[in-house]
Amino acid sequence: MSLVLETDFGTPASRSEKSVTLVIDGNAVTVPEGTSIMRAAMEAGTQIPKLCATDMVDAFGSCRLCLVEIEGRAGTPSSCTTPVAPGMVVHTQTGRLKAIRRGVMELYISDHPLDCLTCAANGDCELQDMAGAVGLRDVRYGQDGANHVKAREGGEANFRWMAKDESNPYFTYDPSKCIVCSRCVRACQEVQGTFALTIEGSGFGSRVSPGAHERFFDSECVSCGACVQACPTATLTEKSVIDIGQPGHSVVTTCAYCGVGCSFKAEMRGEELVRMVPWKDGKANRGHSCVKGRFAWGYATHRDRITKPMIRASIADPWTEVSWDKAFAHVASEFRRIQDKYGRGAVGGITSSRCTNEETYLVQKLIRAGFGNNNVDTCARVCHSPTGYGLGKAFGTSAGTQDFDSVEQTDVVMVIGANPTDGHPVFASRLKKRLRQGAKLIVVDPRKIDLVRSPHIEAAVHLPLRPGANVAIMTALAHVIVTECLVNEAFVRERCDWSEFSDWAAFVSEAKHSPEAVEALTGVKAEDVRKAARLYATGGNGAIYYGLGVTEHSQGSTTVMAIANLAMATGNIGRPGVGVNPLRGQNNVQGSCDMGSFPHELPGYRHLSQDATRDIFEKLWDVTLDPEPGLRIPNMLDAAVEGTFKGIYIQGEDILQSDPDTHHVSAGLEAMECVVVHDLFLNETANYAHVFLPGSTFLEKDGTFTNAERRINRVRKVMTPKNGLADWEVTQGLAQAFGLNWAYTHPSQIMNEIAMTTPSFAGVSYDHLDQAGSVQWPCNEKNPQGTPIMHVDGFVRGKGKFINTEYVATEERTGPRFPLLLTTGRILSQYNVGAQTRRTENVRWHDEDVLEIHPHDAEQRGVNDGDFVRLASRSGETTLRAVITERVAPGVVYTTFHHPGTQANVVTTDFSDWATNCPEYKVTAVQVAPSNGPSVWQADYDEQARKARRIAPLEAAE
Amino acid sequence: MWRDKIVTMANQIATFFASAPREEGVAGLAEHINNFWDPRMRAQLFAAVEDGAGGLQPLVLEAAARIRRPPIACRQNL
Repeated sequence: MSLVLETDFGTPASRSEKSVTLVIDGNAVTVPEGTSIMRAAMEAGTQIPKLCATDMVDAFGSCRLCLVEIEGRAGTPSSCTTPVAPGMVVHTQTGRLKAIRRGVMELYISDHPLDCLTCAANGDCELQDMAGAVGLRDVRYGQDGANHVKAREGGEANFRWMAKDESNPYFTYDPSKCIVCSRCVRACQEVQGTFALTIEGSGFGSRVSPGAHERFFDSECVSCGACVQACPTATLTEKSVIDIGQPGHSVVTTCAYCGVGCSFKAEMRGEELVRMVPWKDGKANRGHSCVKGRFAWGYATHRDRITKPMIRASIADPWTEVSWDKAFAHVASEFRRIQDKYGRGAVGGITSSRCTNEETYLVQKLIRAGFGNNNVDTCARVCHSPTGYGLGKAFGTSAGTQDFDSVEQTDVVMVIGANPTDGHPVFASRLKKRLRQGAKLIVVDPRKIDLVRSPHIEAAVHLPLRPGANVAIMTALAHVIVTECLVNEAFVRERCDWSEFSDWAAFVSEAKHSPEAVEALTGVKAEDVRKAARLYATGGNGAIYYGLGVTEHSQGSTTVMAIANLAMATGNIGRPGVGVNPLRGQNNVQGSCDMGSFPHELPGYRHLSQDATRDIFEKLWDVTLDPEPGLRIPNMLDAAVEGTFKGIYIQGEDILQSDPDTHHVSAGLEAMECVVVHDLFLNETANYAHVFLPGSTFLEKDGTFTNAERRINRVRKVMTPKNGLADWEVTQGLAQAFGLNWAYTHPSQIMNEIAMTTPSFAGVSYDHLDQAGSVQWPCNEKNPQGTPIMHVDGFVRGKGKFINTEYVATEERTGPRFPLLLTTGRILSQYNVGAQTRRTENVRWHDEDVLEIHPHDAEQRGVNDGDFVRLASRSGETTLRAVITERVAPGVVYTTFHHPGTQANVVTTDFSDWATNCPEYKVTAVQVAPSNGPSVWQADYDEQARKARRIAPLEAAE
Repeated sequence: MWRDKIVTMANQIATFFASAPREEGVAGLAEHINNFWDPRMRAQLFAAVEDGAGGLQPLVLEAAARIRRPPIACRQNL
């Protein structure tokens, strides 16, 4: 193994289809029009010396090192800023150029420390490389005189020198090593889009400054790492590199955080991870990253990791460590006992949307073939199950319609119930790039999320709707599109069922669906709704991106259908730049759904009632499958409380923290006789577990994740599992204890089985993925290279189906006792229940969940910024600190659910989507009042959790 | 208790299908429950129907005839 090296072409690729031929150093080179001379030379294998150029940002032309001579042109233009021209004759190395470059390097080095041997960039320093490339042998100006290098000179303090900024937990800024190439500043602007960095001062005094001469941590910096990646010297350096040294080998793998699915190089020394660097060829992220994927991987070696299986008779007992074999045998005998006593359907399992496709497939296989029922569900139940249902009905498949590249061709973006800059940061950066190029933005969200207005971004329209009014708003948008004759009739006639469309058009045209009629109920000005509808329908390529603010409602599935209606009515489906794009929460929530994690369908979204589909698996697995749908997660808990569901195997989910109405979840878990938790840590659910099976991280196993654009990316093992077994091996061990004769020796064999049984995966294999990098399903004989855009020549179901979407108010209503509406979400630095990110330095950004409340509501209640407040609903109450902000509208409060101590889900209710039981996290009627400290529930919970996590000391060996 | 929740869930589904033509709505509701509900849940629903229809919307009652009756074992657990 060696380092995966990526060629830096110096400037970004040109998209032009027209090509230009020129001569560089005597060789003819043909490149797309608009390419820089620097890039053209590099493509032909000639590296022109450079410092300020890198292909992640646009050319800048400041370092004066990449100069060339062009026949017939005067002077020595910089090759990074000079585009190629037909017939151009370029010389990259002449006496004149050599002298200029050496002179430039001399100046650089005269103000740069010469501590190369002990410098963290040693082995990865472009300044050192260029000194070598230009043949720098001496520095005539010496090292004395004005400089930024020495702290003191001749006993005097050097006012130009600045101490290192160590404030960011993951990287340092050493101003003494800065060559003011502006690569970091441009990366922050162009790639990340945060504009946190600038060059302060001028001339010799200029230097990089986060914010207005602030420390990195105190500035607007979001710690995405793009600046560190761009830095050619040791000015911005990962602390892990400073600590360990330069990596020796690297492996391309996939981030295990959100549904964007960024490709990274895991750069290693031995089995120690040195750093994660985004991979330029990764098609989801195109070389960019966020603070989680880039830096927050320390949890993998955190001391809290449990590495040995444990069992206990009762949740009041401490844990006892046992061998894997004993743990497997114990689970099998307990589950068999339960099934004998309470029936075959009394056990089930939850597949993990954080684990690989292969692992998820095995868990559902274990449940269907080993437990003999279909009681299998996954985290998608509580996030995107309405997407599956709604898009399935409208288009014939639950698939998101586009790839992420599509946003580069979008003219109007409608973001509904999603907060990409926090939840899907790398996609957000790509979206913001497009917005800065001129695309228009519509935001439909109760909160004034960052996208509504942030540097160089401003939404054309923000519809700050009242939580729960999604269907009313969507139908009002449709009303405007239909009644103002903005429908793309040609598209609808060709692609959709015309009579269903006519029925729908009549439905949405009713006066009661007009923006004016629903204004009182949505809280959104009718004129803004009209403006948004006109913009989306007529602004060119219109793309909808939506998140859990759409799905996690009583009418989640209805809203998804309403979104599909809008896209079809305006013809925004089936080509680049348009589409309906669900932003998925967890890294493999798409994959876990694809792999048959739902209780009613087998892999590939095929309903259990289909004899032919059951037949495929029955023959292969040599079992008879139950044709009846099983229980969904909330139904499992209901059945547990009712006494007919007694055992559960939970892989990599923390339902006690993540699922709504914590009291109900804990009551369900407490009623079970055997709860098996398979996880990295003793999570909250494990407080109610009888068996704990230690899990492995994404760094410790092979497999695949499927991201929100249906892209199947490889996950590659870079270190030995600390717990001894990859998660697929644990499930296999369990299956063997259940008497199943599984004998997989590598996850590639599991993928082969998936490909063999599932038509949309027929063309997927590890060989194919290794060769193509990644593919988007469907990947089969018809689409051997995968399918970036869906529904190109027609909808999967045939004709697109318009469905009437009647607004029905949720049962969860405000009233005198609970006058405010609580809505929940996530924050950039934390991920989901926080089990991973809380065990990294990311807690420095967000160490507790807080309640956002509007100044008006705060004043009425006597709440000051930072006060502890009691947040109560009819389900329960908790306390947390208040933050007073106008990001939320009056009457609405907001919090996150990353910390178990402040569990927002004690407050959320058991209402759920009518079609899928996806919980209504986004609407809870609450009251807020000043408080002195933790609620009784919080105190009891802490005590219970402390007791439940005790591990019995090992007895001394005789 | 579960029965109350089941009644609520069935009524929620009925509310969605109420905006479709009657026949389509009845068929859609029955198909939805057949496709997504575990036999135990259907058993609870039938128990609610047989109890005298307390709280169930007319569309649910109309669709009940087309909903698959769960196996006897399930019903005995009630």
